[in-house]
Amino acid sequence: MADTHAHDTQHHHGADAAHPPGGHATWQTYVIVGVILTVITAVEVGIFYIEAMAGVLVPILLLLSALKFFIVVFWYMHLKFDSKIYSRVFFAPLFLATLVVIGMVILFKVLPRYGVG
Amino acid sequence: MANTAVVHEHPHHPEPYTATGLPTLKLGFWVFLGSETLFFGSLISMYMVYKHESVVGPYSTELLDIPLTSISTFVLLMSSLAMVIALDQVQQGSRRGGAIGIAAVAVLGSLFLGFQAYEFTHFYHEGLTLQTNLFGSSFFVLTGFHGAHVSLGVIWLLVLLIQLLRGGLPPGKSLQLEIAGLYWHFVDIVWIAIFTLVYLIE
Repeated sequence: MADTHAHDTQHHHGADAAHPPGGHATWQTYVIVGVILTVITAVEVGIFYIEAMAGVLVPILLLLSALKFFIVVFWYMHLKFDSKIYSRVFFAPLFLATLVVIGMVILFKVLPRYGVG
Repeated sequence: MANTAVVHEHPHHPEPYTATGLPTLKLGFWVFLGSETLFFGSLISMYMVYKHESVVGPYSTELLDIPLTSISTFVLLMSSLAMVIALDQVQQGSRRGGAIGIAAVAVLGSLFLGFQAYEFTHFYHEGLTLQTNLFGSSFFVLTGFHGAHVSLGVIWLLVLLIQLLRGGLPPGKSLQLEIAGLYWHFVDIVWIAIFTLVYLIE
């Protein structure tokens, strides 16, 4: 039987040439990512205390939080370099979970304000 | 061709591979992490619906300590950095580097749990328990389950650390540490969501 199976390491073929074939990224890249995550967290906490930002605080915080989330998922969890199958089995339920959160908030917090529900 | 079994072993990796060409353990673990997003999504939904529905105090705005939680968030982020460096070291065959990295993750994870224990104790002394109000119930359930996941991760990493020090985690078996790393980073991304939705957004 011919072995036509692709192997897990093949995903590296599409990765950045600067990344070593055995690993997903260099430790220097990981440190830079760590610094970026720290800076974003500091910005989140900083704008939390700026009263002038109160009107736009929620969307900015959600955006920054999502940015941190995806940076960790793509670099530290290696989805940027790994097989797309992993991404699919993770992001499909994540999308569903996000819909659940949004749906619950709309049902119990938003609609009652308009006399619905 | 009578035998069409799809489970194979890659010559350089002892873990079985399937028709997808991916290690079953890793693929299965990603499916598990997908199910965990639904679990925590439900808990976060519950918190967001209930947090301002308490009829008696203490309330979230009176108790949540942003500076303290910012430090614990930083600690958990740094533990994720230590985790990827530990995996990198093990994959390169550096037992010492890997051991230092894993130990650092376990220490930082324990430190995060210490922050959480302090926070829970402080809230308890302020009169907030699981039964006090809806904020207390939803807050302790959400952050408590997250803390339980962190605790499990620390224990898992300590087991792997012992295994590594005994020579049982060569580069060819680094998938075991990679799986533990995925779990650890998942715990980190859940906290990223909790920190914003529970602590920063009022």
